[in-house]
Amino acid sequence: MARLSLGEKRRPRVIRPHGGKLVERLLEGEKKSDILDRARSLPSIKLDQESVSDVENIAQGVFSPLEGFMGRADFHHVLNHMRLSSDLPWTIPIVLDAEKEQADRLKPGSDVVLLNESGEAAAVLHLEEKFGYDKEELARKVFQTVDAAHPGVAKIKRMKDVLLAGPVDLIRESPSPFARYKLSPKETRLLFKEKGWRTVVGFQTRNTPHIGHEYVQKTALTFVDGIFINPVIGRKKRGDFKDEVILAAYEELIKNYYLKERAVMAILQMEMRYAGPREAIFHAIIRKNFGCTHIIIGRDHAGVGNYYPPYAAQDIFEHFPDLGIVPLFFRSFYYCRKCLSVVNEKTCPHPAADQIQFSGTKIRDMLVKGEYPPAELVRPEVARIIMEFENPFNE
Amino acid sequence: VSGAKEIIVDKEFTTVSIPTSLYKKIEGAIKGTEFSSVASYIVKILRESLSKDESKADVLSKEDEEKIKERLKALGYID
Repeated sequence: MARLSLGEKRRPRVIRPHGGKLVERLLEGEKKSDILDRARSLPSIKLDQESVSDVENIAQGVFSPLEGFMGRADFHHVLNHMRLSSDLPWTIPIVLDAEKEQADRLKPGSDVVLLNESGEAAAVLHLEEKFGYDKEELARKVFQTVDAAHPGVAKIKRMKDVLLAGPVDLIRESPSPFARYKLSPKETRLLFKEKGWRTVVGFQTRNTPHIGHEYVQKTALTFVDGIFINPVIGRKKRGDFKDEVILAAYEELIKNYYLKERAVMAILQMEMRYAGPREAIFHAIIRKNFGCTHIIIGRDHAGVGNYYPPYAAQDIFEHFPDLGIVPLFFRSFYYCRKCLSVVNEKTCPHPAADQIQFSGTKIRDMLVKGEYPPAELVRPEVARIIMEFENPFNE
Repeated sequence: VSGAKEIIVDKEFTTVSIPTSLYKKIEGAIKGTEFSSVASYIVKILRESLSKDESKADVLSKEDEEKIKERLKALGYID
């Protein structure tokens, strides 16, 4: 697997999207009018916000090379081999579920209008296939557990019985309170080019930043041209920070502690799956499509509870020499009272008694009590922004 | 891999012939490494090699590029 090296020859152009071509399936002009005219006579199904986000991510190339919801062959290949049937790395099934009675009324070869939560026509699905699936197998292979306490497994249990597959075309994007932060891969790729970045490291997050995050980001940034901070906005579990809090906190951090020409932030509108190692590969593919050449993978990336070994999300990259994006692995890091800086087990000789761990739970508890975390853990500007929210956490 | 000791039973796999001498050389080289078989080594090497076959990236039309730049400017991403 390619590794970052100081002497690495600089690439002259933006990294290729996964599979070689950025997918774009946006209906415009006559094609859009035609579908909208026909929409009333076409069968329709209503999607939840997560599936609407999947549709938009497919249509805008975030999930390149996927052109639509997976068919049976890709679905099983992804479950069993963590690759599409074309052998391209892909670890998370992207599927659309429907009630059996609903699916019975739909014929492969026909068009189906996909409605957003407001009942507007959001996209059209060119239905190619419909098939049943084994929920337990899906949970076991993707999440390595069938425990209903795992949020991903719980979602599978709520899924409907039939999967609908085929390419999708986007009619309209659903309104988002965070539209100002939403960029497509086509846009981020041009943005990186305009900034003169040849190497870009992606940072996936679902949290407000603490000093440890900043340390990881800036360590990575030392070796590349720019950093792309890419918070996941969408369904998360109870107790996670609210989306608006994450964005406000990062805005404040970037404004005060980053060079404008070296850091950009845009959102990824997508639900967290909490699939640990499989999701780490999925996150890497998405950032590659956005134009990142590198991605930061920390301890227990996309994990939840104790379902995955702490470094499984790093070890899994060994199986994907053809991923096309370089992972930068970070292990544990902490603040050392003796070193007076953030350190890791390779750089600090001092005992555990001198270490202050970046415990998300501890920081959260302090914020809930209305206490400011110490500056060694959270930048005061960031803490202040978080405290301005009456309730910064998902309920 | 033809001539290999392992029996490939998965119908999603196929057989490729390589010289027995090369097979033995690989077998020796992977002893004590992460590779459990000659086949797993060859699959990894081939995937790595094929992924380097990069062609030209997509090129935006002038019109598209201008439109995107306008949006990026409006959002404050570029000056």
